[in-house]
Amino acid sequence: MDLTPGKVQFLKEKANDIRISIIEMLVAAGSGHSAGPLGMADIFTTLYFHILKHDSKNPFWEERDRLILSNGHICPVMYATMAHAGYFPKSELLTLRKFKSRLQGHPHREFYPYAETSSGPLGAGLSQAVGMALADRMDNGVSSDRFFYCLVGDGELNEGQNWEAIMLAAKERLGKLIVFVDRNNIQIDGYTEDIMPLESLSHKFESFGWHTEEIDGHNFSSIVEAVGRAQAVFDGPSVIVARTIPGKGVSYMERDFKWHGAPPGISDMKGEPPKAEQVKIALHELRTLGGQIKSEHE
Amino acid sequence: MKNSLQHLNPKIFDKDVEKVPIRKGFGEGLVLAGEANSQVVGLCADLTESTQMHLFKAKFPERFVEIGVAEQNLASVASGMAAMGKIPFISSYAMFSPGRNWEQIRTTICYNNRQVIIVGSHAGVSVGPDGGTHQAIEDLAITRVIPNMTVISVCDHIEARKATLAVANLGTPVYLRLAREKTAVITTDESPFEIGKANLLYGTPDVKADVGIVATGALVYKALLVAEALKKEKISVKVLNVHTIKPLDEDAVLTLAKDCGALVTVEEHQITGGLGGAVAEYLATVRPTPIEFIGVHNQFGQSGTPDELIEYYGMGEFSITNAVKAVLKRK
Repeated sequence: MDLTPGKVQFLKEKANDIRISIIEMLVAAGSGHSAGPLGMADIFTTLYFHILKHDSKNPFWEERDRLILSNGHICPVMYATMAHAGYFPKSELLTLRKFKSRLQGHPHREFYPYAETSSGPLGAGLSQAVGMALADRMDNGVSSDRFFYCLVGDGELNEGQNWEAIMLAAKERLGKLIVFVDRNNIQIDGYTEDIMPLESLSHKFESFGWHTEEIDGHNFSSIVEAVGRAQAVFDGPSVIVARTIPGKGVSYMERDFKWHGAPPGISDMKGEPPKAEQVKIALHELRTLGGQIKSEHE
Repeated sequence: MKNSLQHLNPKIFDKDVEKVPIRKGFGEGLVLAGEANSQVVGLCADLTESTQMHLFKAKFPERFVEIGVAEQNLASVASGMAAMGKIPFISSYAMFSPGRNWEQIRTTICYNNRQVIIVGSHAGVSVGPDGGTHQAIEDLAITRVIPNMTVISVCDHIEARKATLAVANLGTPVYLRLAREKTAVITTDESPFEIGKANLLYGTPDVKADVGIVATGALVYKALLVAEALKKEKISVKVLNVHTIKPLDEDAVLTLAKDCGALVTVEEHQITGGLGGAVAEYLATVRPTPIEFIGVHNQFGQSGTPDELIEYYGMGEFSITNAVKAVLKRK
């Protein structure tokens, strides 16, 4: 499970390619969410290219781990990562949000059956992950070798249904359930601690009976180590509060809630680069790893 | 006269007709469904005995999950279990499920097209003394409108048992509506029951009548009493029991409209959006027919005995009789 330096470099480059795809998809779509997908690219990359038991050539493999995306609005990162992992051609990414596309604005299983659930309305993914883990335990007992990874946004935790599910998961001691909270501190209307304070988030989960981890969501080794410790907890659910930078990789988007639900290149915003420059800057920064290397595309 | 093909309870028009709560049939049916298929599971939101799921819990404790007072979680946990191959039945009062958790039912169950059976008990005004907060009279409307959903509303405990067994094999999201109050036993074990097939309980097939009553749920009994009583006034009435509100048995409704030329719909529900709405929407496109609607008229319920409330809100025999006579004049 541990990462070699070579694997870390591989994941870093893969995550960067996925971020480029995300920007290209959003630009082609002309709408969609930027900040969350860019912020979660490292975690998605680590899951699909190191942690998950899955097979892109056999997507409905019964033994696969389940990844339940609760905050469906960050689906560009799921679509991009799965395309890079071989589930479907990368060229299809440019159909995001278009009529008849498999890649709906929020995931719909009827169009995109590789998603474990449809999502968009917030707060319901965790309940479904709890249901899946419960059903699996009924069939296979506590030693089932499937894990259930659920991804939730931090603003999403405003929804009360999450806390119903958090109580039930603890009561049922679901050791195969591992939840990532994308702790990026922003939601549509502003910063999470202004809209509806969540802190101390880890302590909240802990007092509900969960094993808790708090990590830098952009450190590949931290992600892998936290998942390893969570997997070792067999008698209860685990949460990994992943501190992420919304808009990660595009300097003008980072930590700025204005980019929660906006793509680059559509409108001029106060304090942001002019819209004609936004896409160029974003792709340049990603292709050069923030100016560290030269890009062959330019 | 009773349709002999339906094998109805021979004592149905007797004063001492046996009365049994409809939900009891669900409790018994769920145990049978659980015996027939090991994938059937039961989830409840702190109303296990009240909704009669305690019978299943006692028999299959390892396949029962107590969710607590959390109906939104109830719906979505069931959706997740269905994704793993389970056939979850979720039970609560209809006011809370599908009332409180409508969006979870829409998105996590129906949008995903997962087989979850939502059992709403204590529907209608028959929960009585608890008052209007607990009287679900909008539930047929809010479930019928969701794509992929099948909607069932049964008339007695025997039909409830059959419906429970049948929906376990259906493969779609289902809303199963149950009433609390003891209800006259209308059908027998021999009565036919097939999802999507309405049953002509009163009147002879292919014979014309003055008025057709399209009824669902416990009020089917009152519709039958009215049909029997109006014989004396030389008004012939047919009674169609529509246990499947969606998909509506359009052939049976159209046949009734052709045979009678005027209809009365009867349901313990708001007159908008439920059975009456479904019948009117369909007939408006194929055979516009005069219809009178029996149900609650844009009001909330209140405390009282079930009989008092049925009368007060215009769903008793007196009101149904008047509706039959009114629609007859519009032919």
